[in-house]
Amino acid sequence: MKLSGADIIVKTLIEQGCDVVFGYPGGQILDVYDSLYRFSGEIRHILSAHEQGAAHAADGYARATGRVGVVIATSGPGATNLVTGIATAYLDSVPMVAITGNVMTSQIGYDSFQEIDITGITLPITKHNYFVGSVEELADTIREAFQLAMSGRPGPVLIDVPKDIQKALCEYTPQEAVCPLEKRTAKDVRIQAAADCINASKRPFIYFGGGVIASDARQEMLELAETIDAPMGCSMMGLSVVPTNHPRFLGMQGMHGHYASSTAMHNADCIIALGVRFNDRVIGDKEKFAVNANIIHIDIDGSELSKTVMEAHSLRGDLKLTLQKLLPFVEEKNRSDWQADIERFKQEGALYADSRQGVTPKNVLSLLNGYLQDNTPIVTDVGQHQMWAAQYLRFKNSRRFISSGGLGTMGFGIGAAIGAAVATGEKTVLVTGDGSFAMTLQELATAVSCRLPLVILIMNNGVLGMVRQWQTLFFDKRYSNSVLDKKTDNVALIRAFGAEGEKVSDLEALQKALDNAFRAEGPYLIDCAISQDEFVLPMLPPGGTVDDIIVKAGDEA
Amino acid sequence: MNRYTVAVLVRNQFGVLNRVTSMFRRRQFNISSLTVSETEVPEYSRITVLFDGAEMQKQQLISQLYKLPDVCFVRELSPKASVSLELMLIKLELSQSVRDTVLAIAREFDAKVVDSTEASVILQVTADSRQLDAVIDRMREFSILEICRTGCVSLEKGSTTIREIMNQ
Repeated sequence: MKLSGADIIVKTLIEQGCDVVFGYPGGQILDVYDSLYRFSGEIRHILSAHEQGAAHAADGYARATGRVGVVIATSGPGATNLVTGIATAYLDSVPMVAITGNVMTSQIGYDSFQEIDITGITLPITKHNYFVGSVEELADTIREAFQLAMSGRPGPVLIDVPKDIQKALCEYTPQEAVCPLEKRTAKDVRIQAAADCINASKRPFIYFGGGVIASDARQEMLELAETIDAPMGCSMMGLSVVPTNHPRFLGMQGMHGHYASSTAMHNADCIIALGVRFNDRVIGDKEKFAVNANIIHIDIDGSELSKTVMEAHSLRGDLKLTLQKLLPFVEEKNRSDWQADIERFKQEGALYADSRQGVTPKNVLSLLNGYLQDNTPIVTDVGQHQMWAAQYLRFKNSRRFISSGGLGTMGFGIGAAIGAAVATGEKTVLVTGDGSFAMTLQELATAVSCRLPLVILIMNNGVLGMVRQWQTLFFDKRYSNSVLDKKTDNVALIRAFGAEGEKVSDLEALQKALDNAFRAEGPYLIDCAISQDEFVLPMLPPGGTVDDIIVKAGDEA
Repeated sequence: MNRYTVAVLVRNQFGVLNRVTSMFRRRQFNISSLTVSETEVPEYSRITVLFDGAEMQKQQLISQLYKLPDVCFVRELSPKASVSLELMLIKLELSQSVRDTVLAIAREFDAKVVDSTEASVILQVTADSRQLDAVIDRMREFSILEICRTGCVSLEKGSTTIREIMNQ
């Protein structure tokens, strides 16, 4: 049967198992929207307020489920509005397919109305992108895009479809949903050598990241940790892989990581890095990073191996499969001296714990912890609140901490929360700051019209807290443009959007507000006032080492 | 810092060169020469890259190339086991007084005179890139009007082909 290109796009999405798309219509994508209208019984479309919100929603959907998130936008500004969302997904290895319309082929290259070279623009922020030149290649291009997005190290793929291709007719035959390309494992001899290195070590440390989620390697990793008696720490992208209260889990690494976790990695003689990068936010000064440790690195992306640090053993392969091959070679050992060290690091870390009363970030988030179910998706924006959420919230299941790590996109939160809520149907929590929230709050309209069960907690300090923290520490308290001092009434705002909320300034009121929020059916906003001078601690200063950790305010002097 | 010659087989498609060079640019790889042409089979184009950097950076360059879906195969070519050549056209201003000297130097480098007027000469030189640099240095004492170089192309010695190695 001959179908139009637009119908082929929608039919192929359905064929690939896509049940919901996020997007925003416009002139050059009208044909696709007409198809979405006609096939609305088979595929749901969530209309955002802005294309960026739709892109973040597709991203949040993908992070919460592991499936490919799909976003659709028109040409020109519709396409460019996706850019931040696509880049966010790229930096955090999120499988996404973006479909954009473009002007008809004969008008390409003439600076036509709403024409933009979106394949050129997104070249460095996609795994790959396509400009579809004929309707005959359209269905296979979409299939290939899905396959690329989910294979190896996942990531976003963009398909740009000129209007005449959407209108052109072509034979369409449905196919099976694509599978990821064949997974590879590291070579046996390399795995054996890495195992020897682990077996010879006295102080092994497992450092893991988002790759454990992507490869579903949690079980294998925990088995490794038990066998070799090693502690574990993670990058921010690895949060929620291991339950926060797991006895071997020391917490997040890096600039605002947990003291015991950072100290343990620094003192390790063997760092086993699993599906994780050695990002500058984690290693600080790379010349001084873990100089006494042999680094074993397993990653599906060969370009991450020995990219920033010298590695003793670089193993390229799917994490789950490679760990399965590694496990028989590692010897079961008790490393009690090392465990004694770890206990000491934990106790030292506990000394620095924040024990203040009142509306501190820790107390606010501890209250929130009481309301979280094992499967509650927790989404954040970017800044101090994000780091506090990473530090203090308790996670139980994988894919339940959703946050922009690599790109650090303020304004990510509300869109991603919408995507996560749509994907899971669960009550979804967005922890945000007044700065981040103000960037994309128009998506409240989307959340309200879809009646999504969102709890939005704004940790409102009236300033750009992370900027202010750096200005306090490194710019002699010159608070250039970081004091927001906005007169926005966030409660009136959410009411204007058609939902409820309340403002709180003490813990008792917060508890009541949380009661209300978790009872509410649709979105519910809590505007919680906190002090503008709260710090995210500990803090490893940029380019510093574990010896430079600032553990309490005043340390920096 | 070393110089590496890397041959890249890519899908012969519109825009592939842009994808490769865009990646080099954003990751700040120091590329001293890049050529692209069709090959003995229509599916592939072949890119020859001369890259200056350390061993770790070269590994990174190869890994990053492999992340581009259009890249089919990457092979480092060792100077000993391969033939690398570049063609240069160099136009010189030529007064009567220096004519014989210039032509003598040209013969020394196996350069071919491809255009000659009363006031100028165009020499064609085919050699490896460093030798071409030497020709230019040598000619600086005269008046160089224009230079145009093709960039380096490279094939491995012997009967083995890059496609055979790719398919192994």
